[in-house]
Amino acid sequence: MIEVSGLSKRYGTHLAVKDVSFSISKGEVIGFLGPNGAGKSTIMNILTGYLSLTQGKVSIDGFDVMEYPEEAKKRIGYLPEIPPLYMDMKVKEYLAFIFDLKKVKFPKSAHINEVMKLVKIDHVANRLIKNLSKGYRQRVGFAGALIGNPDVLILDEPTVGLDPKQIIEIRNLISRLGKNHTIILSSHILSEIQAVCKRVIIINQGQIIADDTPESLSERLSNDKSIVARIMCSEKDMLEALSTVKGVKSVTSLGCKEPNSYDFLIEPKKNCDVRRDVFERVSSRGKTLLSLSSNQISLEQVFLRLTEAGSYEEARKLLGFNDVKTEENEEKEEAAN
Amino acid sequence: MTAIFKREFKAFFSTPVGYIVLAAFYLFSGYFFTFIYQMGSPEVHNIIMTMSIIIVFVTPLLTMRLMSDDRRMKTDQALLTAPVSLYSIVLGKFLAALSVFALGFVPTLIFEMIVLSMVEVNFLSYLYALLGAILLGAALIAIGMFISSLTESSVVAAILTFVINILIIYASNLGSMIQVPWIATAIEKIAFINAFNNFGSTAFSIPDVFYFVSITAAFLFLSVRSLEKRRWA
Repeated sequence: MIEVSGLSKRYGTHLAVKDVSFSISKGEVIGFLGPNGAGKSTIMNILTGYLSLTQGKVSIDGFDVMEYPEEAKKRIGYLPEIPPLYMDMKVKEYLAFIFDLKKVKFPKSAHINEVMKLVKIDHVANRLIKNLSKGYRQRVGFAGALIGNPDVLILDEPTVGLDPKQIIEIRNLISRLGKNHTIILSSHILSEIQAVCKRVIIINQGQIIADDTPESLSERLSNDKSIVARIMCSEKDMLEALSTVKGVKSVTSLGCKEPNSYDFLIEPKKNCDVRRDVFERVSSRGKTLLSLSSNQISLEQVFLRLTEAGSYEEARKLLGFNDVKTEENEEKEEAAN
Repeated sequence: MTAIFKREFKAFFSTPVGYIVLAAFYLFSGYFFTFIYQMGSPEVHNIIMTMSIIIVFVTPLLTMRLMSDDRRMKTDQALLTAPVSLYSIVLGKFLAALSVFALGFVPTLIFEMIVLSMVEVNFLSYLYALLGAILLGAALIAIGMFISSLTESSVVAAILTFVINILIIYASNLGSMIQVPWIATAIEKIAFINAFNNFGSTAFSIPDVFYFVSITAAFLFLSVRSLEKRRWA
């Protein structure tokens, strides 16, 4: 449905998007993840034909966005980061304008009413947009994207400014729409992507650093099986005691999270289960182990780690991809063992 | 294009701008009419010719937010991602402003009817003057629209358009001050007021029609390029 190959976008001397390629098949729901300024919005703006591209090729349902912009645009419903609303119009009037602008062929008033019901704005249909709250404006923008029932929906942070109840409603709506639409969603709320998307594309500094399911991404990053121990002790002594436990690669103190105790992040060597040894070491020192848990990595942490990685290579290495000299690292590791 | 035309036309009247523009037109044309009526020379086309002063003030109001607001409010994202061409966006907006402008001349038609019911005057000279005013308005609106497409601020657009309007309308005064003959002639040719004044006489002047139409077309084209350029920025 969406084919992007070798896409680059240059603003003056700044390369905002570097050689990005991905393809999305019909009915997929994709999450775009990345810190501010990573190039998510730029990519979305290029897909929808708002911005031109410097290099590469983008096609929607087989129509190249540069060569057949009108055909491509007909298939897309776009909700930009700031909803493009005319403040001097009423909700229904605005949607009627979008309906005409998109040259939609459905029966007009029935279709608009249907869309308004879908995003629950039918009770504000006759209010001026400038008098609506941010959450309602966001939903009016969403309604605008849904007008004409386009096959592809591109939603740039659709739940920003909504209250928790509305977020859940919109999330459910996206899940429902995902059954018969192709959706690209960008969000800062990572649980949202985890809940809605089957595939995540992580973007940093204009490059795709990961394109995978949320589950396998967190698996890739959490295969180190590190554990967190909460121990009643003095920080310095225990740090020393734990680091000499057999099979332990490194110990870092996470500080005092509960009175009179400290948390330690213990990273074991490859294929070592150190839990028993840690317990014995702690009790042999006469200290009390309050809890011992595996350091389950959430998508949030995956995201942070990947985007905090300084370079593309570093980020790929974190994910354990073979394309950036991981073998060499493994050899080093084995030698160390 | 019709969707954009309808929206922009309505927008003039959901803000005070449309009313202010029409009020200015109606007030001054009424004032001029009373004046010439009392003078005993009921030639409505002279009212229209005098209106050029009002046109200079009014077109910046019509064009100031036409393009700049879309950029400031990000509503251009709705327009540019819709399956419409840049030409129909620009043309829709242009025609909306021109329609409001044209509405300003409705009272002159009524005056002409009043005059016609009493004395015999040349109706054609009224039509020529009206055509001239619409063409002058179209050219100034196209120029103002282009200026509006260059900035995000409607105030900057309004001031700039106003200054440029005065310069090009009254360039002939400037030209007469310059001693170098060819520069003076060139400025004389640019001055809109000369071309416009030709519509005040009864003779229909095709070159002047082309003059305004080509200026309008050129600036509409530039507005389209200005929109297009932003996509490449």
